[in-house]
Amino acid sequence: MRAIQVSVFLENKRGRLAEVTKILGENSINIRTFFIADTSDFGILRMIVNDTKKAMDILKSNDFTVRENEVIAVEVSDKPGGLANILNILNSNDLNIEYLYCFADTNRHKAIDVMRVEDIERAIDVLQNAQVKLLDEIALSNL
Amino acid sequence: MIWNREREAMPREQLKKVQLEGLRNTIKRVYERVPMYKKRLDEAGISPDSIKSLDDLERLPFTLKTDLRDNYPFGMFAVPMKEIVRLHASSGTTGKSTVVGYTANDIATWAELMARTLTSAGATSDDVVHNAYGYGLFTGGLGIHYGAERVGASVIPISGGNTKRQITIMEDFGSTILACTPSYAMFLAEVAEEMGLKDKLMLKAGIFGAEPWSNSMREDLEKRLGILAIDIYGLSEIIGPGVAYECPEKHGLHIAEDHFIVEIIDPDTGERVPPGEKGELVFTTITKEAIPVIRYRTRDISAVNFEPCSCGRTLARMDRVTGRTDDMLIIRGVNVFPSQIESVLMEIDGVEPHYMIIVDRVGQLDIMQVQVEVNERFFSDEVRHLEEFEKKVKREIESLLNISVDVMLVEPKTIQRSEGKAKRVIDNRKI
Repeated sequence: MRAIQVSVFLENKRGRLAEVTKILGENSINIRTFFIADTSDFGILRMIVNDTKKAMDILKSNDFTVRENEVIAVEVSDKPGGLANILNILNSNDLNIEYLYCFADTNRHKAIDVMRVEDIERAIDVLQNAQVKLLDEIALSNL
Repeated sequence: MIWNREREAMPREQLKKVQLEGLRNTIKRVYERVPMYKKRLDEAGISPDSIKSLDDLERLPFTLKTDLRDNYPFGMFAVPMKEIVRLHASSGTTGKSTVVGYTANDIATWAELMARTLTSAGATSDDVVHNAYGYGLFTGGLGIHYGAERVGASVIPISGGNTKRQITIMEDFGSTILACTPSYAMFLAEVAEEMGLKDKLMLKAGIFGAEPWSNSMREDLEKRLGILAIDIYGLSEIIGPGVAYECPEKHGLHIAEDHFIVEIIDPDTGERVPPGEKGELVFTTITKEAIPVIRYRTRDISAVNFEPCSCGRTLARMDRVTGRTDDMLIIRGVNVFPSQIESVLMEIDGVEPHYMIIVDRVGQLDIMQVQVEVNERFFSDEVRHLEEFEKKVKREIESLLNISVDVMLVEPKTIQRSEGKAKRVIDNRKI
């Protein structure tokens, strides 16, 4: 029940994000959600796309430095306290989150939280035991 | 003023005799004592006895910086360690340092050359020499120090850094001669102005070297500090600072030809060029005991004028060094080779890196930035991993070179590729 995230290195200069999104758009790749972590010099674009392999290949062939990572995608009800419940489960099991970002699936009134955790195996076990719904790569691309 | 008129203003015919005798002794010495030279001279079919005139020098093989590295640490020494009284070192081209040794006589020679330099700048036993060159393995600090003591001046061994304190000490101790890199002198002037103490300083002259500077920078320094600013040249492989020094005429740097024979060659062919023409400076030591060098290729570009100078000295004058035949950079007085940066990156990342060194001058200080292309081996989705990589590169370069550096990660293919030799340096300094 793992999801795959694509990360792209971006220099902090004008037009780089526009370039990535343009290339993906031209190749019919849909970005489900993304998040940028940045410093004064550079940024890391992390995103969930509908076709990870194709996105990786296209970005590589356009000279971007890219990387795949396993992340956990959790589906919760899109209402107050949805995320808090998940974090509480992880916290009470001493699982640290490196970073997290979310998006809403408004049609189904769901929110999807994408997380990078230190110990992904155990985090999956713990969440599944708590009856939390996890989405894998296929489920995400079918949203 | 001239420290040693007998030597510095020696008729050139007499100088040539001194040089020939020194050359013959040196060739004999290295042939007997330094295996590398014995091998090279044998290969070239030259016996020490066959050196009959100064023209025979042209037949001898060159010595390169890599020879010193290949014989690291003491393989080029011509005396046993018990006769060595001092060791200095400079950073090498790929991490290993270039080590030089001195006998007691070598130290005395060096002090004499620095005394000539200081006297040329007007120093006497009444002066207070503010020595802001770095003390340590670098030859700058101790070179000036021994020369100033030889002259009988009072030395303040302040070394570099802590600029405000330097100004306070200059004021309180009445420093009259300043010795440091020209860029640091500019910075000192700036800080003295900010502190409102510039008019309280007693400085009358400055001896500036170890990095390239221009005449306009000289004029600026002379005006701002109210001093006579003279240039000094040297390299540790020959002896250290004091190989050549300016006189107040400021028409070239007098080479201590009674200790070193100078040649200018075409760096491509190795052939000598006519006097006055530009080429690579080559020195042969003729009095050094610990580590004599034959036809050492400095990679520095200059021209030499053998006409007597109006100051009275007969020693030849070299032009201010205008460039290098290799890719060495001088940043804040420190010699930096791109290959050193490359070796650090290789060690951390394990493969040939794509990088670019960007040098600039902000205010009076040289700054160096190393741009490294991010590749899939060290790219991470976590910011802290990339920041750790940056910090590691920065730390390793700084510990190797002892100067601060800014490391910046850039996207792949942003650094220019070229067919032949990769362009590794962008030097934006206007000197």
